[in-house]
Amino acid sequence: MFQSNITVTLRKSILDPQGKAVEHAIHSLGFTPVEDVRIGKHIQLSINSPSKEEAERITDDVCRKLLANMVMEDYTFTIEKVG
Amino acid sequence: MGEAAKIKFGIVVFPGSNCDHDAYNVARHVMNQDAKFIWHKESSLGDADVIILPGGFSYGDYLRTGAIARFSPVMKEVARFAKNGGTVVGICNGFQILLEAGLLPGAMLRNSSLQFVCKFVYLKVENPDTRFTSECEAGDVLKIPIAHGEGNYFADGATIASLQEHDQIVFRYCSSSGEIDDAANPNGSLLNIAGIMNKEGNVLGMMPHPERASESMLGSADGKKIFQSMIESLVLR
Repeated sequence: MFQSNITVTLRKSILDPQGKAVEHAIHSLGFTPVEDVRIGKHIQLSINSPSKEEAERITDDVCRKLLANMVMEDYTFTIEKVG
Repeated sequence: MGEAAKIKFGIVVFPGSNCDHDAYNVARHVMNQDAKFIWHKESSLGDADVIILPGGFSYGDYLRTGAIARFSPVMKEVARFAKNGGTVVGICNGFQILLEAGLLPGAMLRNSSLQFVCKFVYLKVENPDTRFTSECEAGDVLKIPIAHGEGNYFADGATIASLQEHDQIVFRYCSSSGEIDDAANPNGSLLNIAGIMNKEGNVLGMMPHPERASESMLGSADGKKIFQSMIESLVLR
């Protein structure tokens, strides 16, 4: 069994107003060194596959076809063996 | 088409649709046409002449607005109907579903204000030469409400250029006097885009709700022009 940890975020070129609002809040707490806050989604998949390569292929496919909207979002993921 | 023949509106109902009855009411009681609901699990659209994907919050907007609804069984038939030239209009969440289904280009971002915006807005008719706007003149200003949190239309530069080149931008947000500027943009949409159609001109997506503005007692009857245009185009076919 493998577990994918997926992060979906808005493309870098797209303004993330939610991230901006949180950035302002962070600054008002006094953490002035913090900049460029981006907000995304974390998605975990457990994949019953014989190999890590197969789990990678499935994760990539699912991301492109459903979990990320490629018009406006990017995704990254890591895969670890579990159980 | 005889005196008694009526246009049949098919209104798709997803779990979480909430403007389906408004659309039904306008089609049947305001426009005096036929209308029926089509549950999203149906595998046939029956004899519908026009398909409406109504507003609402299909599947609770999980993942992204419209992202899950596009997998509903009925959407295969909607895609086939659209491919064969059938008239399809997606309103608000229906527009978002059309984008996710790839029947229209682009995507919806969260409103730039981060707020859910529910108010009357003004739309400029950019293209009156469509089956959705034939009852309008170029430059007409329609008063129709919006109610959404994700209506900030986005597409890459090449897609926007293609939309412009093929006159696919049907409605843009404007002021009451018709000026298209940032002040009249309620959600941050590129080019103030409020509604687009596909290249073939038979699929329209729009964020504003014409079904909520088709009786003057509701504050505006301008939405009727869109229903009337569709009916005329089908009667004349």
